[in-house]
Amino acid sequence: MTEHSLRVLIVDQNLIRASILEDGLREAGYRDLIVVRDMQNLLRRIIDEEPDVILIDLENPNRDVLEQMFQVSRVVRKPVAMFVDQSDRSAIEAAIDAGVGAYVVDGLRKERVQSIVDMTISRFRAFEKLRAELDDTRQQLQDRKLIDRAKGILMKQRGVGEERAYEMMRKAAMDANLRLAQVAQSVITAAELLK
Amino acid sequence: MSADSRTEVRVGFMPLLDCALLVVAHEVGLARQAGLSLRLIRESSWANIRDRVAIGHFDAAHMLGPMVVAENVGAGHLATPLIAPVALGTGANAITVSQDLWLAMQGFGAGIGLSPAAQAKALAGVVAQRAAAGLAPLTLAMVFPFSCHNYQLRDWLESAGVDPDHDVRLVVLPPPLLVDALRSGQIDGFCVGEPWNSLAVDAGIGVIAAVCSDVWERPPEKVMGMRARFAEESPAVVAALVRSVDAASRWAADVGNRGDLAQLLSQPRYVGAPARLLLAALNGSICAVAGQAPIQRPDFVSFGPDSIVPYERYAELFYSRMRRWGQVAADSAGPARARAGFRVDIFRSALKGAAVTRE
Repeated sequence: MTEHSLRVLIVDQNLIRASILEDGLREAGYRDLIVVRDMQNLLRRIIDEEPDVILIDLENPNRDVLEQMFQVSRVVRKPVAMFVDQSDRSAIEAAIDAGVGAYVVDGLRKERVQSIVDMTISRFRAFEKLRAELDDTRQQLQDRKLIDRAKGILMKQRGVGEERAYEMMRKAAMDANLRLAQVAQSVITAAELLK
Repeated sequence: MSADSRTEVRVGFMPLLDCALLVVAHEVGLARQAGLSLRLIRESSWANIRDRVAIGHFDAAHMLGPMVVAENVGAGHLATPLIAPVALGTGANAITVSQDLWLAMQGFGAGIGLSPAAQAKALAGVVAQRAAAGLAPLTLAMVFPFSCHNYQLRDWLESAGVDPDHDVRLVVLPPPLLVDALRSGQIDGFCVGEPWNSLAVDAGIGVIAAVCSDVWERPPEKVMGMRARFAEESPAVVAALVRSVDAASRWAADVGNRGDLAQLLSQPRYVGAPARLLLAALNGSICAVAGQAPIQRPDFVSFGPDSIVPYERYAELFYSRMRRWGQVAADSAGPARARAGFRVDIFRSALKGAAVTRE
């Protein structure tokens, strides 16, 4: 059995992340990949597919379903053990930090799955970075909308120009040590109350 | 004491009724009084809780009592010695079955509020009937291999001669999936902590067949687990944690606070279940079938000061269940290693200190 003939099963409720990982593993030459999207009957699926390596996102409550495999090994082809021993402390920490749980069939040498786990960790991290950037962009967009609305309210109620309205909010934010968007939200809330 | 001088302690928890004492310690300000700033972090699996405690992401966590024992006797994975210097209450578990299974059990004498033995006997009748008819065995779920739920369910089945490893299929399912799995017929019943039994009953999908406080003596259901090393390195923090939980247990034992406790826990960031269901469980008023009068079990759940002592005999009890159900091999050193994690000594010395400073 060559490295690339290992059967890898990916359990991830985030479909985008799962496909990013799937692509990465495929590019690295792993062909035998199974992505589980349906969380029902997960244990049954694993028993049927007989994977060598199982990767699961740590936000997934189904991780506890996998834990049972250590207890009822007779239902699985081979006992499945977490990819850890005491010498792998830093590997465990890296995986958990990245939000990855990794399980391999007992007896598989860890060198053989190291690259799969490394790939998973790096793809999870890349996804997390993307997600953070997206959240950031969303937040900025949201802030921008609030500020524009509040600016409109001030312009109308105080009879000032756009620049002056912006300046008023900016000063209020600086004085109160608040974010500009927080001040804008207050302006909007107050305007609604006084309607 | 200023906010800066408080030690931040990261504590993982699962969204269950019995994360109560941690929430009380934080929300009622009892941890703050003990000089701690608690950061409660909600988790999605017991495996995550165990791993994050082991690698130090969490200083302490809401843990299943048997998890601590499992790690110490080498049945866990990371083999990181864990300790429980304080428990987090007793009870709150029940066995719920689907409407269909309940109907079948009634044919064998099951009835609301009957003894667990009578209900188990009725279940045994259904199991035998299905086997005789060549039907697939019943599938029952619990939430983690090293849990009171697993052992209570197994002991209950065994009490009526049902072999949990051969006569039924036992599976692990996370609590948020249990109700749906029962609805879809993927499972026929489960043993879990509140509020999940009541949620199944409330949805008209399940019937509570047995209350675990009737099945078993009452060991702590959850404990505050942590690395043994953390307790060695930060004894003052651990003592402050014990005092916080002790103060929380006194607050929670006051019947007048139950309504507030149910409200606190019902928030999405904690348990996220209707306060009325949480309150009913706290009151031991258990609605076993939707729309019927509740049965009364005043000792169904307890968060009082008597329910937080981590006696070594509880660790022995958990170890004995692990042995009985084949999770650990015979090992003459096992019982001592099991006992070593339940640190009633730390519990006592922490509270002795509290009494002195209060004077």
